[in-house]
Amino acid sequence: MSGKDRLPIFPSRGAQMLMKARLAGAQKGHGLLKKKADALQMRFRMILGKIIETKTLMGDVMKEAAFSLAEAKFTSGDINQVVLQNVTKAQIKIRTKKDNVAGVTLPVFESYQDGADTYELAGLARGGQQLAKLKKNYQSAVKLLVELASLQTSFVTLDEVIKITNRRVNAIEHVIIPRIDRTLAYIISELDELEREEFYRLKKIQDKKREARQKADAKKAELLQQGIDVRQQANILDEGDDDVLF
Amino acid sequence: MSSNELDSETKLMAVIGDEDTCVGFLLGGIGEVNEQRQSNFMVVERDSSAADIEACFKRFLAREDIAIIIINQVYADLIRATVDAHVLPLPTVLEIPSKQQEYDSNKDSILKRANQFEIPWRCSCIT
Repeated sequence: MSGKDRLPIFPSRGAQMLMKARLAGAQKGHGLLKKKADALQMRFRMILGKIIETKTLMGDVMKEAAFSLAEAKFTSGDINQVVLQNVTKAQIKIRTKKDNVAGVTLPVFESYQDGADTYELAGLARGGQQLAKLKKNYQSAVKLLVELASLQTSFVTLDEVIKITNRRVNAIEHVIIPRIDRTLAYIISELDELEREEFYRLKKIQDKKREARQKADAKKAELLQQGIDVRQQANILDEGDDDVLF
Repeated sequence: MSSNELDSETKLMAVIGDEDTCVGFLLGGIGEVNEQRQSNFMVVERDSSAADIEACFKRFLAREDIAIIIINQVYADLIRATVDAHVLPLPTVLEIPSKQQEYDSNKDSILKRANQFEIPWRCSCIT
């Protein structure tokens, strides 16, 4: 980026006002976006902490669930094939809700029970108690996993949004605002230049006028010496009012 | 548009895992076989190849009605590149320990991303 990178605009008072308004807008936007990024970042760290916590908890829950599966197998024999073959409809389903953080919608999962238990009769002959315990353990594992999944989704979404927001903040801070600044500086320098030119022009005119007046006075004096008095003669061009400016 | 669809729909969980893991979750009540006889779980046998797992994983990713994919970390490791490449928030991929293997948080795709964030913060805290 060169120092000449500025908006293509004609240097005038109007354009200066416009640029000032844009600069104010950009600064306001920058502040707001920064606030949003901070809010998201806060939430993000909170979620990150929770994820790590839940992941550790998950290890324990899964271990317990696997152990109860071994228990159930021990009492009721190999039930794997029965279970795998008899799948019909899901009993636990997931509903998605939405949470809002600083204008970002985060999906939140919620598990709910729907319909009857497919394996109601499994373990009827023996090991029913173990199977019931096993089901309960896995259901709680599922609940935990759903919670973890919500956190993870929020994490991914927030990660993306934070990146975008930071990109915007940086773009405004390092590209847009400097560009407007440069444009403003350019406009001011051009306006100053114009003013100097104008001033010089006026000075020049004054000089010329003074010269002309001196010449006229000299001529009048010369005529007076020759005996002709022109001092009281009216100028037909002079309407009686002095030059308004000088 | 899509967010509205999210609200009305109910979604499923999918499992890719060894037999015991699948049986456990099925007993938990998440299994479903739809009209096309497509199940939302995959039992990884001893002779299942990484390509099989990957194909199944991709199939689950493509399915609209699946919101969460649970996968044993052992099998996630086999198709790590595919798991890492999945960066969209939905469906969520959860890695869980299997019976044979402890859970290693350093391998988890999400936690790897989380750690990327953790380190610069610590640096910024020190400076």
